[in-house]
Amino acid sequence: MTSTVEAPAPAAGRVKLGLSNRLLARPEIGALVAAVIIFIFFLSLAPSFRSAESFFTVLYQSSVIGIVACGVGLLMIGGEFDLSAGVIVYTAGLFNSMFCWYFGVNLWVGAFLSLAFCLLIGFLNGYLVMRTGIPSFLITLGTFFVLQGANLGVTKLVTKTVSSLDVSNIDGYDSLGKVFSSSFKVGSVTIWTSVIWWILFVALATWVLQRTRAGNWIFAVGGNPDSARAVGVPVLRTKIGLFMTVSFLGWFVGMHQLYRFNTLQAGGGVGNEFLYIIAAVVGGTLLTGGYGNSIGVAIGAFIFGMTSLGIIYAGWDPNWFKAFLGVMLLLAVLVNLYVKRMSTMRKVG
Amino acid sequence: MTDTLASHADQGLHRGEPLIEMDSVGKSYGAIRALRDINLRVNAGEVTCVLGDNGAGKSTLIKIMSGLHPHNEGTLRVDGKPVTFSSPRESLAHGIATVYQDLAVVGLMEVWRNFFLGSELTAGKFPLAGLKVKQMREIADTELRKMGIVVKDINQPIGTLSGGQRQCVAIARAVYFGARVLILDEPTAALGVKQSGVVLKYVAAARSAGLGVVFITHNPHHAYMVGDHFVILKLGETTLDKTRKEVSLDELTTQMAGGDELAELSHELGRK
Repeated sequence: MTSTVEAPAPAAGRVKLGLSNRLLARPEIGALVAAVIIFIFFLSLAPSFRSAESFFTVLYQSSVIGIVACGVGLLMIGGEFDLSAGVIVYTAGLFNSMFCWYFGVNLWVGAFLSLAFCLLIGFLNGYLVMRTGIPSFLITLGTFFVLQGANLGVTKLVTKTVSSLDVSNIDGYDSLGKVFSSSFKVGSVTIWTSVIWWILFVALATWVLQRTRAGNWIFAVGGNPDSARAVGVPVLRTKIGLFMTVSFLGWFVGMHQLYRFNTLQAGGGVGNEFLYIIAAVVGGTLLTGGYGNSIGVAIGAFIFGMTSLGIIYAGWDPNWFKAFLGVMLLLAVLVNLYVKRMSTMRKVG
Repeated sequence: MTDTLASHADQGLHRGEPLIEMDSVGKSYGAIRALRDINLRVNAGEVTCVLGDNGAGKSTLIKIMSGLHPHNEGTLRVDGKPVTFSSPRESLAHGIATVYQDLAVVGLMEVWRNFFLGSELTAGKFPLAGLKVKQMREIADTELRKMGIVVKDINQPIGTLSGGQRQCVAIARAVYFGARVLILDEPTAALGVKQSGVVLKYVAAARSAGLGVVFITHNPHHAYMVGDHFVILKLGETTLDKTRKEVSLDELTTQMAGGDELAELSHELGRK
């Protein structure tokens, strides 16, 4: 028996990959290069872009998209989409503000109920996708329309207008504001806490993806759910957890919007779901799942923040912004395709 | 090779001892009877080959043993105790590991992550506990090396390995995590001659280590090279059930190809 299988290879047969190969194999490398180029581009074109103040404004703009995009990125690595992620932000805020206004209860109560409601929506998204086998694109497209309609309909019923009412006099407004949307000054620079929250969420997501069992499962259920199930990975639980993570982060940003602006437009958030997906894809997440990382998604959100403000700082017509995003997305998809081919087909030795 | 496989194999396995016994097991999906009256024994240290054409009931048989679909007739006994599996986890807990042809591994994940998928080593029980990455890399690397699978870089995506190597990693993983029965679903179907050889050597090694192996294939040549016991299924029923001593490769090939039906067909076509 011993003779039938070839002898173990000597350890010297190991191949150490070159630095360029190892770098290219990282999902975020394309986004990083793009971010540097865009940064230099706006630095040279827009004089008002060259200050610490505007840098932190860009960071703030990025964080509002980046927090939800962080969850959407995880979900996409897990092989699913969530098109309801944009409107759920407003559902969370509207639920909180109108519930407390209508029943006259402390805003903290509404915030927790709103959290429970959002988690329930996330759970339902995941449960329906997993139980019916219908693609998440369709299920969450349905949720998206239901929420969009309900946001407008319920708001109209409660307030007779299309925006929520002033809640700044209700108990809990100040303390909630401190948690979700406060800012502090360092010199002349205003730093919003949402930027710090964003960094924390990205750090946590990176840890989970790369260094925990849950992260291993996320990659596996996105890459090949059947094979994951065959080795005992709880696919259902992992995917539902991912949908709930997205709706949790949506709730978080919803709280930020509510306590920053006090009133919310009932039709808000529509279209943002695509910004999250674009941030994730630009950041190197594979549309088909199983590949990507959170730092890449954060860089994708940062590119969004830079361009949306950079165009204004440069004095251009902001209507061009969407066209620019589209070009970025196409470039990112091409780069990803190339990088994926490089990292899976590369010659090792 | 045999020693390293054996060192992971369950020490309580005794050659010839029955691990899985099926007594007139059957399975119907609604009105369709996919499998009827199957009597099968999987013994420790033996390779049981299940052969059959497409639609013969091979996959249904595997699904019953690996816990994907419970049987609804007869009795299935594992280690002498009657069981009905309702999930792959239950069957894994009994030491029954199944390696599927095309879904053995997750292609974009690193070799070591695949090796430990579903059985990761963590620094603690809490949900955010860190993985013992360094340790897992080392174990995966040394285990694969010991088992004769040469992986150039343990961090490369497993999709960069050849089909035969991927199958071997999946088998090695099952053995390392204490499988007592190994079910291989057409492991050589998509492979070339040389790569099939690698997998067949591995099957033989698992048998020598005392594991019970169920080898599903429709290639009688591959089956005869490693098999101790042969079962041919046709339309959900057993048409041949013989040990290696009782059957020749020719008989196996003829039976597999359709036997009497084939003779009839050649008569009908009438070419000499």
